Amino acid sequence: MDLTLKIWRQPDASQKGRFVDYQVQNISADASFLEMLDILNERLVIEGEDPVAFDHDCREGICGACSLYINGRPHGPDKGITTCQMHMRRFKDGETIVIEPWRARPFPVIKDLMVDRTAFDEIIRAGGYVSINTGGVPDANAIPIPKRDADTAMDAASCIGCGACVAACKNASAMLFVSAKVSQFAVLPQGKVEARERVQNMVAKMDELGFGNCTNTYACEAECPKEISVSHIARMNREFLSSKVVSEKTK
Amino acid sequence: MDKLAAKIPQGPLDLKWTNYKAHQNLVNPSNKRKLDIIVVGTGLAGASAAASFGELGFNVKVFGIHDSPRRAHSIAAQGGINAAKNYTNDGDSIYRLFYDTIKGGDYRAREANVYRLAEVSNNIIDQCVAQGVPFAREYGGLLDNRSFGGAQVSRTFYARGQTGQQLLLGAYSALSKEIAKGSVKMFTRREMLELVIVDGRARGIIVRDLISGKIERHSAHAVVLATGGYGNVFFLSTNAMASNGSAAWKVYKKGAFFGNPSFTQIHPTCIPVHGDYQSKLTLMSESLRNDGRIWVPKFKEDAEKIQKGTIKPTAIAEDRRDYYLERRYPAFGNLVPRDVASRAAKERCDAGFGVGSTGLAVYLDFKDAINRLGKHVIEARYGNLFQMYEKIVDENPYETPMMIYPAVHYTMGGIWVDYELQTTIPGLFAAGEANFSDHGANRLGASALMQGLSDGYFVLPYTVQNYLADQIGVSRIDTDLPEFEKAEKEARATIDKLFSVKGTETVDSFHRRLGLIMWDFVGMARNGENLTKAIEQIQELRVEFWKNVKVPGNNEMVNPELEKAIRVADYMELGELMARDALIREESCGGHFREEYQTEEGEALRDDKKFNFVAAWEYTGENKEPKLNKEPLEFEFIEVKQRNYK
Amino acid sequence: MSKSAFSYSSIAKKIVMSLAGLFLTSFLVVHLIINLLILFDDSRELFNQAAHFMATNALIQVFQYVLFFGFILHIILGLILQIQNWVARPIRYEKKGFSELSYFSKFMIHTGAIIFIFLIIHFVNFFIKAKFGHIEPITYASGTYEDLGLLIVKLFEDGGYVIFYVISILLLGFHLDHGFQSAFQSLGLNHSRYTPFIKAFGTIFSIALTLGFITIPLVIYFS
Repeated sequence: MDLTLKIWRQPDASQKGRFVDYQVQNISADASFLEMLDILNERLVIEGEDPVAFDHDCREGICGACSLYINGRPHGPDKGITTCQMHMRRFKDGETIVIEPWRARPFPVIKDLMVDRTAFDEIIRAGGYVSINTGGVPDANAIPIPKRDADTAMDAASCIGCGACVAACKNASAMLFVSAKVSQFAVLPQGKVEARERVQNMVAKMDELGFGNCTNTYACEAECPKEISVSHIARMNREFLSSKVVSEKTK
Repeated sequence: MDKLAAKIPQGPLDLKWTNYKAHQNLVNPSNKRKLDIIVVGTGLAGASAAASFGELGFNVKVFGIHDSPRRAHSIAAQGGINAAKNYTNDGDSIYRLFYDTIKGGDYRAREANVYRLAEVSNNIIDQCVAQGVPFAREYGGLLDNRSFGGAQVSRTFYARGQTGQQLLLGAYSALSKEIAKGSVKMFTRREMLELVIVDGRARGIIVRDLISGKIERHSAHAVVLATGGYGNVFFLSTNAMASNGSAAWKVYKKGAFFGNPSFTQIHPTCIPVHGDYQSKLTLMSESLRNDGRIWVPKFKEDAEKIQKGTIKPTAIAEDRRDYYLERRYPAFGNLVPRDVASRAAKERCDAGFGVGSTGLAVYLDFKDAINRLGKHVIEARYGNLFQMYEKIVDENPYETPMMIYPAVHYTMGGIWVDYELQTTIPGLFAAGEANFSDHGANRLGASALMQGLSDGYFVLPYTVQNYLADQIGVSRIDTDLPEFEKAEKEARATIDKLFSVKGTETVDSFHRRLGLIMWDFVGMARNGENLTKAIEQIQELRVEFWKNVKVPGNNEMVNPELEKAIRVADYMELGELMARDALIREESCGGHFREEYQTEEGEALRDDKKFNFVAAWEYTGENKEPKLNKEPLEFEFIEVKQRNYK
Repeated sequence: MSKSAFSYSSIAKKIVMSLAGLFLTSFLVVHLIINLLILFDDSRELFNQAAHFMATNALIQVFQYVLFFGFILHIILGLILQIQNWVARPIRYEKKGFSELSYFSKFMIHTGAIIFIFLIIHFVNFFIKAKFGHIEPITYASGTYEDLGLLIVKLFEDGGYVIFYVISILLLGFHLDHGFQSAFQSLGLNHSRYTPFIKAFGTIFSIALTLGFITIPLVIYFS
């Protein structure tokens, strides 16, 4: 198939970007979207042009590196997959595809379609862990955890940190990402110990970094490649509320 | 031979590690603060090691190629992690896990290392559960287990089909905690270019900032490499695009020995190749073999019809199907180790019974399992894998059998390390897939995660400390030392040289060509003639690479083509060493199969008299033949037998 | 306020926003019930009686300030949240995203702004006149009240005003459709069984409320 690509090109963070049109020909319907970009890049290199920079790594939908905003949707038109898992059979011959980077103030463009998502790591550092050290922990079966809770925790934990939720949200809110981590620990006994501090610190960090506010539009859930539910956002709101309502002073 | 001393502690097998820990040297808390450790890599081994060092109080600098530690390729492991918990009461024990692992590796690993691995496996599960890793559970709230290839017990812990992800996120959370505390400093989007050796000890690294192109110097009292495997030398593999062998190759050229470079694992259950534009292969978890049955048509005429697309697999009657694994290995059936399953698939396809348009695929059929357990059970177990398969191949595996074919997946070979995971360069340690490690000639499923975390959480924190105990008098290493100057110059020289070629062929094109040579001659089945040919062809390709590669742009920018060029330049040398290693090993063992050495039934034929050793290769200089050193393997506690999965 | 409103956490703001919103919704219900009384009898007796009660009851008078505060809070917080949201994405997408599961959430600031304008006009037309202006009294068997009903009837005889009123109320309905279920989510109330019910209830409630308010001017205008 032949396609027109309208790609955001930006040499680096300090310079202005613009859209550039490219034509690609004879793309197999079985090729993945990123393989299509590889083909374009290989041609650009031979023609002496700067290839298009984009983040990608595992190419099997789990590392969360790939991050393209394709035709108005993060990770493209399919549900429940990342950009790297999308195949060209999803597009029509002759179609024009607009490819943009994730857009959010806390995700500045590094080059072309690559953005800096270290803001997510900063949020995790604010409390997305259980404060235990290596060794000296109880036997793994010492605390039974209801299967239901373990499954809920796993649902939340399947987040790959790609940032599609932020990209999809009209407010560039990171609530789905943050709530997935808060929720995972909130339902597990291991996470209960630090639950109050965790939710407050992670939310404070999220706000500080300049992510927008949640308006319950739920575009995040619609676009999440791991289909993480907004019920985790509600759980985080609940956790936050109860952490603020109950506050005993310690000596 | 002194360099190759494995430093295995005295005593009976099950007390060696205990004895080591009891007698090792320690560093007191106030001195730990003054000692710096560099960790390269943020996968399971790197992240867990860095976090544990930070917890102990060392001053840690950790380097990753990605924007976040969580993107390391450990994340992609699907199936699970082994541990000798015996929660299922099916007869498992530390000894049995040890035995299965060493047998699975075809007796080409060190007894003491493997025993330690089995011993700490239980601690790993405890640790991960305490971190909040959501392992699968039974209705009673206790942990669930499943079975995996090469074992007769259920000892594999899992978190849906995303075990690697969950374990890595656990290690990442521990690392994040230490970064927040300030004990660990994280350097993202940095690629290691050179190792710096001062007075014979590893004292630092040279890295390239992948955003600005800035070349940086970093110093430490010890350096840990946890940079993963080099399977991408084959171009097509299940490894991530950025996974590479350059860090390992750079330290090899600085004097670290390379152990068993040819030991490559070809994973039996991957989605077959379907086009020459293909950038990578996708693994389907081995756990699928628990319920799926592998077959090809029994008659060639059926196979030919399938290849032409004139009939569908579902049209082939039961008695016209050859469930070749069940036929050849009745005891283990579809759950034979990976190398055996891979070779059996290749054997059938080479004989003309393969399926798919290329004839290079076999079926993995879930029809019986769906009939027996119901579709919902299969969906609960493998739903995400089936969905992934359907996205890629555009066929529904609930209705038509999956097509699978072996693909390069893991490299058992790697930097040679002793019992302490220390390389032949003092102060340089290697962990996880980067070292030649505990898997011998073949790794069992669900053991890579175990080894990465064992090295990082439970081995390195002891052994690195033992090394550092006599370094407390050494003050912070100055990066202005001439050794740093020299290493940086070397790194810059390579980059400048790549830009100066100004050829006409892209890096990917060279990489693809190298990959084809490797797959054809150094892949699943090898022979002397082809390996010699491979060495010649790689040498020729290398010359051509340096004459005609085209690297656009410059160093001072985001330049993925340059990153790839640096890696491929190293693969051009590493590939040759792999072929050399495969050539001298005139036996078949595990993933290394020499066609000249097989039994009448086509099984691997080991030669324990001549090849019961680790091949530790030593660099001797540019374009010079490397030197082969042999570390003999002694089996004191187990009897070495021909592997038998019948 | 000791802290600037901007520095309260996003979730805290959303929680207050939703509480204020739910409170305002309850006010709308009371308001609608009283309004509907005007259609009850031609003499407007019942309506004027109710209006009199609302204007003189001490508790209601106190509540008036609470209500006023609720409006201010809801509006200010809404504005702050919106400004932050705009700032969070300095460069817009070339091709706008179209994925959402709650459509009207995209237009809360727009519907909100128009409702606000409506509110001011409404305030000038009714509240200020009723409170500070002079309204002709009317005498019924039950007593003498100010004939607020007449004010309404007169206004709704103006076609232009009716159109403006109907459009504003429609937007209020859209605002409520998202706002109602959204408030529960913000308060952390999400349940696999009850949430779909709340969503459906919210939509039905919004439609009913809108129809209720719209019926009055239409009936008056066309009769």
